[in-house]
Amino acid sequence: MARQVALHGPRAVPGGAPAPWVGAVRFLRRNPLALMGTLIFSAWVFIALFADILAPYDPLAQDIVNRLQPPSRAHWFGTDQLGRDLFARVLYGGRLSLPAGILVILAAGLLGTGVGALAGFVGGWFDEVLMRLTEVFLAFPTIILAMAVAAALGPSLVNAVVAMVVVWWPNYARVVRSLVLGVKSQEYVEAARALGVPESRILLRTVLPNCLAPAVVLATIDLGNAILVFAGLSFLGLGPEPSTPEWGRMVADGIEYFDQWWMAAFPGLAIFTVVMAFNFIGDGIRDALDPRLRGNV
Amino acid sequence: MPIYRYILRRVLLTIPLLFGVTLIAFVISHAVPADPVTANLGQKAMSDPEIVAAFRAEWGLDRPVHEQYLIYLGNLLQGDLGRSIKSRRPVLEDLRAFLPATIELATASVFLGMVMGVAFGLVSALRRNTWLDHGVRVLSLLGVSVPVFWLALLALFVFYARLGWTAGPGRIDVGLTPPPRVTGLLTVDAVLAGDGAVLRNVLAHLLLPALVLASYTTGLIARITRSAMLEVLGQDYIRTARAKGLSPTTVALRHALRNALLPVITVIGFSYGNLLAGTVLTESIFAWPGIGQYAYRASTSLDFPAIMGVSMLIALIFILTNLVVDVLYFILDPRLRAG
Repeated sequence: MARQVALHGPRAVPGGAPAPWVGAVRFLRRNPLALMGTLIFSAWVFIALFADILAPYDPLAQDIVNRLQPPSRAHWFGTDQLGRDLFARVLYGGRLSLPAGILVILAAGLLGTGVGALAGFVGGWFDEVLMRLTEVFLAFPTIILAMAVAAALGPSLVNAVVAMVVVWWPNYARVVRSLVLGVKSQEYVEAARALGVPESRILLRTVLPNCLAPAVVLATIDLGNAILVFAGLSFLGLGPEPSTPEWGRMVADGIEYFDQWWMAAFPGLAIFTVVMAFNFIGDGIRDALDPRLRGNV
Repeated sequence: MPIYRYILRRVLLTIPLLFGVTLIAFVISHAVPADPVTANLGQKAMSDPEIVAAFRAEWGLDRPVHEQYLIYLGNLLQGDLGRSIKSRRPVLEDLRAFLPATIELATASVFLGMVMGVAFGLVSALRRNTWLDHGVRVLSLLGVSVPVFWLALLALFVFYARLGWTAGPGRIDVGLTPPPRVTGLLTVDAVLAGDGAVLRNVLAHLLLPALVLASYTTGLIARITRSAMLEVLGQDYIRTARAKGLSPTTVALRHALRNALLPVITVIGFSYGNLLAGTVLTESIFAWPGIGQYAYRASTSLDFPAIMGVSMLIALIFILTNLVVDVLYFILDPRLRAG
């Protein structure tokens, strides 16, 4: 579960804050793992953007004569049961998994932030009901609830994303709520209220902006998990349709062709590297933000 | 607060949660697909108006929604989770048949994850900033990043098919007769039957899937143990213990680890529930006849009642594990009792 991270006060650093990239560069120089994660992630973004240029073949083109070929010079990652080039399919897979993961986190983050902020800010029975609701959602292990929802909606790419958002938002609701609770008792919030600023404006302009930084950090750390669960749903047959070049789906195809190890090995490696990249970055961020571990690592 | 009062309070708090779980299950199974009849009955059954009518009556589908929920709850309480479209048997019966294999796998896996995770985390914290520490940290990050269904496939390919080091898929060699069923856990049943050969075979089959599933848990527990140990090692009482001239081993194990283990216990409990859920992605690869494989088959064939049954069962176990962890925590941490 996400650890709550330090709050930033409303005031800017005296003498003006340095440009954001200065902090980022310093952060990456101190965290070789985070640097590596950033590089791997950037590489995947590049691959996803330019898959049509980089891929040597059409990811959907079948070539039955050359089916189940092991990796070779012509087909770097080999071919699958329909003779499709696995290298091309793995490259194109980035176009699904990365946006799907980002979309899930964005949507769940927005929904959770909305619910959590309202619950924390309004308080009372409203807060009570919403928080009990999140508890119930969190009582299910993620992949199980996502599986049930995706199955109920029917297997498709969009439904897998929807199912994950349904499962994911409570995490953000809880974190943002606790952040809002911390911020709303601050003096500058009271000051705003004393000045007669309307409540909705206080929430949107004063409280929320001060909660966003930690929520964004949590979202970054979470992206790897989202991609992992998305691949899992897809592996279960609850993601995009079978012919789609999706990594989880491709690993599932590889089960039937056990001796053709390349069929599962390369798509799985793609999932692994992407998730690893996010975990490396997340680990660096956690270290940078957790004062107890600072200097220890 | 006395222990029994604390336990009572926690149990009482669990009840609304259980109701919540059934409510979510009800909403998913009744509101989301347009028609629960289509979702629950196979195509053949759908063409038979008598079966459709019987199903509607059983689940009260012509009544108002709140009544439907009560009927749903009533059926649940009687163990009626509906009938699997695929196996044509009541879901509860299916779950009863498949659950022990999963419990055995998840337990073995959480045990391995705990032992390896605590050991790695401990070494990492004690050798802070050495290559060993960095190695363990990277390994544990890899452990939480690897897609477990992929690792399962690769492990089976390398260690079974190519190297022949481990036993193959399944819980027991095809030629061997399983021990008489008492608990359904083959290891326990083999011990009860006093059959050493079967026990060895069963353990050999258990090892690889348990290790694969433990990858995530090991990584997680190693990370938590490391950070908890680092925090404890900075405390005054550790300095005192060292100043008293106690050996480094005594300080590390008796003074530091004992206190560092508290957060670890929470993670272990949490992991157990996650492992049960995680088997959904691995059992099909190891031909492990547990609820994971049942759920995999159910989800690929959209066997909706079976999916709901598995989800509720795992949520239930998840909630109960959390309850046990909280109670354990309370027993182990004297500060909580005092408060």
